[in-house]
Amino acid sequence: MNRLAVRKTLKLFIGGAFVRSESGRTVACELGGHVMQAARATRKDARDAVRAARAAWPGWCGRSAYNRGQIIYRLAEMMESRRAQLADGLRASGSSRVAAQREVDAAIDRAVFYAGWCDKIEQVLSTKNPVASPHFNVSSPEPTGVVAIIAPRLPALVPLVSTFLPVIAAGNSVVVLAGDADPQTAVNVAECVATADVPAGVVNLLTGCRAEVAPTLAGHMDVNALDLWLGDEAVACALHDAACTNLKRVRRHKEPDASFWFGPDAAGLAWIEPFVEIKTVWHPAGV
Amino acid sequence: MSVDAVGLEERAAVLATRSIKKQSKIVGLRLAIACMDLTTLEGKDTPQRVRQLCRKAVTPDIDDPDLPSVAAVCVYPTLVREAKDALAGTQVKVASVATAFPSGLAPAHVKLQEAKEAVAAGADEIDMVIDRGAFLAGRYREVANEIAAIKDATRPALLKVILETGELGTYDNVRRAAWLAMEAGADFIKTSTGKIHPAATLPVALAMLEAARDFEQCGGRRVGVKVAGGIRTAKQALQYLVVVKETMGDEYLSPATFRIGASALLNDVLMQLTKERSGVYQSEDYFTKD
Repeated sequence: MNRLAVRKTLKLFIGGAFVRSESGRTVACELGGHVMQAARATRKDARDAVRAARAAWPGWCGRSAYNRGQIIYRLAEMMESRRAQLADGLRASGSSRVAAQREVDAAIDRAVFYAGWCDKIEQVLSTKNPVASPHFNVSSPEPTGVVAIIAPRLPALVPLVSTFLPVIAAGNSVVVLAGDADPQTAVNVAECVATADVPAGVVNLLTGCRAEVAPTLAGHMDVNALDLWLGDEAVACALHDAACTNLKRVRRHKEPDASFWFGPDAAGLAWIEPFVEIKTVWHPAGV
Repeated sequence: MSVDAVGLEERAAVLATRSIKKQSKIVGLRLAIACMDLTTLEGKDTPQRVRQLCRKAVTPDIDDPDLPSVAAVCVYPTLVREAKDALAGTQVKVASVATAFPSGLAPAHVKLQEAKEAVAAGADEIDMVIDRGAFLAGRYREVANEIAAIKDATRPALLKVILETGELGTYDNVRRAAWLAMEAGADFIKTSTGKIHPAATLPVALAMLEAARDFEQCGGRRVGVKVAGGIRTAKQALQYLVVVKETMGDEYLSPATFRIGASALLNDVLMQLTKERSGVYQSEDYFTKD
């Protein structure tokens, strides 16, 4: 007897739950010759995601860095056990078998990489500063807060994890608007996050139209930093302007070639540093 | 008369789905501020904290001087004088909880004395609690007599009677307690102390509003309703306003007959109003805590 295939509804990932867009709308995307419907996030979904991220933030940045590392390593484990699913998703959007496999490997390795970084960020970025007075003067990094990421479009997997992992490694919570080219892969990543002990709300993944969601995130007073991966300079400028209302930290990038994401510059401390705030403490020293 | 619990909850749920946007949202939120009893009832309250709250009560948002002041500031009896001083020369009233708030379990003469002293200290309004133990045990006359005694002792202050619906168990009891309080002389009936969960809910508010409507139609006075406890978001406040309007009509939407007791609510309302003004979602970081 033929059985009916069970098709997955592609949903948003907000506050640890998979939800449809509050509007009920979807956006069609063409994947490997057939059309899929993904949830189309609205301004309100973006607002809900920011609220979830804000609520999750104190707990996440209050954990020990070592524990955050354990959790991100757990994410790598989950991705490893879902290799086939992740690779199938990439193949459905047009990657070859070899390319899909390579991308999945790179994504998992990146999670392991940032898991290792978690409890080293503070040591590496902290300084003891020489001052001409009887004080100890030390600077150390603290997470910026809620970070909104407008993720690159393609490829679908490695750039997505490469942009949000360093941000959560530093103790921030994130709202990510995934690229619209392959929402299915974004949902697959969300499923890995959901099963990886990452506390609800630390990572929120939205799919939908940039033009609709990005301005809301850029203007939102409860978002502390903005990471923009946009080819269109004019759009990026407008978002940067909107981000000035509460002096968000803004990073702007062009969308690089696919090969960039597999090269030596696609990961490292330089990806973490923009999303920490350096706090300096003066403490009187005895004579 | 028995309350149809299913119908009541259904009607409250339907009224809660009404979508209120843009201009009507702004009007609704301003009304919510005008009807608000800004409350601080914590053991750690200090005169300084009360002064700060009073400033916020008069001018909720310094960036928007056109906003109305809140209706009243609600404090413990020992802080009434402080609040009265801070609010001198303004329209904002001082409400004091009394009668061994929040339990109501103190000797009758102690409760009476407490209410009298709150009025002597300058309280314009008294929020008294009923003895729920007596009510649930069926000693209705005792409860009614106590309300009447407090009303006599605190005249001309406005008397709000807290039913603490979260402890009454059924809507029938809510209606019975509401009716009893109104007959005994309450100027307002109030849902909750805010110290018990569940506090105010839409169906309970609807049951009390219907009791107040029926009481008036049966030849009684017009009695106000105050919802309090657990109302933290602007959206909830708008839902209560809808329920009031649909049950009692436009006239009732005034601080003379409807109040919302809250502390955290004011900031959320200010955030929503600022959002309507500026077009961007707001953060708690930019609004004063007290």
